[in-house]
Amino acid sequence: MKTRDPISVELVISEILRWGVRVSLGLILLGTALCFLRCNDYGVNGGTPEDLHALIANGASFPRTLGWLWSGLFALRGQAVLVAGLLLLISTPVLRVMAAIVAFSIHRDRAYVGISLLVFLLVVTAFALGAA
Amino acid sequence: MTPLDFTLIVALISVSAGLLGSLVGVGGGIIVVPALTLLMGVDIRHAIAASIVAVVATSSAAASSYVRERITNIRVGMLLETATASGAICGALLAGVVSTRFLYALFGIIITWTALRMARKKSGEAHDLPPDALADRLQLHTSFYDRSLKSEVPYRVSRTKLGLAVGWLAGVVSGLLGVGGGILKVPVMNIGMGMPIKAATATSNFMIGITAATGAAVYFMRGDVQPFVAAPVAVGVIVGSKIGARLLGGMKGRTIQLVFVGVLAIAAAQMLWRGFTQ
Repeated sequence: MKTRDPISVELVISEILRWGVRVSLGLILLGTALCFLRCNDYGVNGGTPEDLHALIANGASFPRTLGWLWSGLFALRGQAVLVAGLLLLISTPVLRVMAAIVAFSIHRDRAYVGISLLVFLLVVTAFALGAA
Repeated sequence: MTPLDFTLIVALISVSAGLLGSLVGVGGGIIVVPALTLLMGVDIRHAIAASIVAVVATSSAAASSYVRERITNIRVGMLLETATASGAICGALLAGVVSTRFLYALFGIIITWTALRMARKKSGEAHDLPPDALADRLQLHTSFYDRSLKSEVPYRVSRTKLGLAVGWLAGVVSGLLGVGGGILKVPVMNIGMGMPIKAATATSNFMIGITAATGAAVYFMRGDVQPFVAAPVAVGVIVGSKIGARLLGGMKGRTIQLVFVGVLAIAAAQMLWRGFTQ
């Protein structure tokens, strides 16, 4: 352990995780509320059993493009807001790895800058393999 | 049942998944997948995708507290992540080459053995650990404040290479079967590397988020993440994890260890069943 450094790595990582989760939770709640109240994506007034069946039982995929997300966000469409929240949520762990690279660099902790970088590269590789 | 009922019920069930997952560091897939498929009639693809999102949510929501309180050992976490991430890549490449049935049977047996070992071992008996030069060099030894003991708990980390090897294996398993990463990480950190159980579950909880995030992104691109299902799961799990993160510090190490043994038993039963009957 070094002597008192400007800001601890733990605090940086903790704050990134905290705000990532807070903002995504807010977006998911807002999006869900919009789906039910404004857009009627899930049927009118909470929907009917038929609406539910259509939503879950068919096993259909949910392919959406970035264009759909952007235009939906500007139009304040419930599902677009919600999907933005989910995307931020699953990006949060990657953001904290990037934050760790920066935080360990500030502390001049070379070994852990290297380790964090390696984690980041492996995650990118895993994603590229999975997407292909 | 209407979509509104579905949303509320799924959110409530997910609170318990987040609570359990944040305490034992294994995500919450053990609850989410059966609840969604058996109880709520959700398609298995959507249920698995939602459970991966749930693991990310559990990890991030609880880790913000655990990291700040230094219960999570971020150095051990980042170091073992290199092993789990490369293991996950190997697992993904091996998929289709090895029989998953055989793997379920094999890991069912390994997990049963681990559960028995952990059920016998009491927390905080780790004074006879061999010195480990690698752990010294990487500054893995640390301490955290244990609220149940009302004192600072210093500990030394040992057998780093064993941790890396099992971490790699845990990555392979999660890459091949899509489940079970945390289930191997917690025992190796606790009984292998000599970390207190709280530090082991909090560090595992920190680590599983990154592997799950990769998986979730891939599921997203394939269109398996159905927002209507994933949203209430994510919300419930975040709330549950926040509650769990507040509880963990005050709980006795032995209690957490026994809860973990219970989770291992369920996971072992699920895996053995898939391995030997399907």
